[in-house]
Amino acid sequence: MTFIGTPRARQAPTRRSRQGARAAATRGAIPWPLTIPALLAALFLLVPLAGLLVRAPWVGLPGILADSQVRQALRLSLVCASAATAVSLAVGVPLAWVLARSRARGISVLRALVTLPLVLPPVVGGVALLLAFGRQGILGRLLDEWTGITLPFTTAGVIIAETFVAMPFLVITVEGAFRAADRGFEEAAATLGASCLTVFRTVTLPLIGPSLLAGTVLCWARALGEFGATITFAGNFPGRTQTMPLAVYLALESDPEAGVAPSLVLLVVSIVVLVGLRDRWLTVGPAA
Amino acid sequence: MSGTVERGSFRLEADLRAAPGEVLGVLGPNGAGKTTLLRALSGLDALSTGFIRLGDLMLDDAATDTFVPPERRPVGLVFQNYRLFPHLNVRDNVAYAPRVQGAGRRQARAAADTWLERLDLTALATRRPHQISGGQGQQVALARALAAEPRLLLLDEPLSALDARTRLEVRAQLRSHLEEFTGPVLIITHDPLEAMIMADRLLVIENGRVVQQGTPAQVARQPATQYVARLVGLNLYTGTLEVATARVFLDVGGTFTVTLGDDDAMASAQAGQPTRAVLVGLRPSAISIYVERPAHASPRNVWQGTVVGLELLADRVRVQVDATPPALVDVSAAAVADLALRPGTAVWLSAKATETEAYPDPGPHHKP
Repeated sequence: MTFIGTPRARQAPTRRSRQGARAAATRGAIPWPLTIPALLAALFLLVPLAGLLVRAPWVGLPGILADSQVRQALRLSLVCASAATAVSLAVGVPLAWVLARSRARGISVLRALVTLPLVLPPVVGGVALLLAFGRQGILGRLLDEWTGITLPFTTAGVIIAETFVAMPFLVITVEGAFRAADRGFEEAAATLGASCLTVFRTVTLPLIGPSLLAGTVLCWARALGEFGATITFAGNFPGRTQTMPLAVYLALESDPEAGVAPSLVLLVVSIVVLVGLRDRWLTVGPAA
Repeated sequence: MSGTVERGSFRLEADLRAAPGEVLGVLGPNGAGKTTLLRALSGLDALSTGFIRLGDLMLDDAATDTFVPPERRPVGLVFQNYRLFPHLNVRDNVAYAPRVQGAGRRQARAAADTWLERLDLTALATRRPHQISGGQGQQVALARALAAEPRLLLLDEPLSALDARTRLEVRAQLRSHLEEFTGPVLIITHDPLEAMIMADRLLVIENGRVVQQGTPAQVARQPATQYVARLVGLNLYTGTLEVATARVFLDVGGTFTVTLGDDDAMASAQAGQPTRAVLVGLRPSAISIYVERPAHASPRNVWQGTVVGLELLADRVRVQVDATPPALVDVSAAAVADLALRPGTAVWLSAKATETEAYPDPGPHHKP
């Protein structure tokens, strides 16, 4: 799981007194061969974001954001990411439970396969989706014949592409929590008269709450930023399938400056999510 | 209940019954199978043979493939570490059973409040489990189990997670709450004192088998195994009794003149056989220690040995003597000084025959 934030207690002492050195020694001083690359890594991660802030067209920003195409893309992004997260929760949490608890043969193979989209290039995911759900795809053709519904290049297609890429983040986070959860509480609930489904609803799920939240946020954020699979499977139609990342990319093509403002919006959304959940993420644990 | 449970390579065989209102203490060393017994009774594990019956309700019968799952057994279990739900406050923990058994939220909370009041826990109702002490947690766990209105109550090491001071207090409270409970109660413990105080009857389990059953007084006076003898602080020897002379030839060597127990089993055994396998119990305080060979008029067992260790108990010193047979002897601290006892001191031990009690060895299943 990703961990974000700098605990305050670890800040370096301002005066390197003997006392300070002693404190550092007892706390576990960080050797300099690690300090320098660590600093480089932090700079590498932070400088581009700073660049975005510096180059942002602050004056024209309200105008850009008021632009209907940007707002449309933002709205579509939020709706689709939320829908993809909802779908992931509805089917991903049960999947995580099965992966964590089932002792059936081949479950480890299944676990590896369903988390494949984590490492798969999203474009490849998009191609795979086309082959499955496209008009000529294995399932897509049947769907088209029976109901007349086609998924590619529709808003539903965006949601499917985002779910495909983002759900594994939820599944692995929640699966780990199910695996680590103390089965003792479930046994206690059973001796008090709760059926398995009631145990799951009233004990297991609340116990993994923090991890469920973390997984949901990861999933949502991944869906919000999804690009490759979306553009491959759903295309880039403003108002229908053009999400923010697609809009940013398209804007950059025509005018390098124009991509900055929408990017900034996505950055702000990400920061708001992180800040809002920071406290809850830091208390991930059984006593939370 | 009668049957066997298997957990992995571990196997527990037990045959026991408890009457309504009776508190049965299950005593045994770690890994003896005490918890396995509770898991079988509560339905968390299934029997591989035998049956469990509660009144007229068959809970588990391997022969007819009957198995009532834990959620449908009227069996309450208080876990060793309580397992209070960390995401619910005390009231909702206690209300859990009524709630999942179909009561409305308000109704369940009212039931919980009744139990909290009965166990004097009302002040804690809105606390979370991590905000209450171990002793309180134990009481809440008991309230939660009782709120399910079980017909059989199981307590797994109810006091082991508590420090010595709270243990005394909680033990007294627990005892009084259990007296109000109408069904049978099983208390698992490895603390003999706890078992003696809490239980009406004791069941000793070792290595997956029941090795002794009886009242606390019986078990304390005539322990069947070395484990129980150590728990109750007795020297225990196995040997062969020569009925005619009232002499016991001990398995570890040495001979004791004994007083025969007056129980029927012993008397009937004497009638038929000239010799019989017996256990000899000898209290450490019934043995006297001398540095020179003592001369006595009354029939006594006198034997020689070497001090190998001294241990200070509350008001006396327990002397470990390597001899034939070896023995633990309790003496006063003054005696240790007077006799200059230290590891290596050669000593004579003496015990009155009237203090040396022999009783039948209950079975060959567990030689000490």
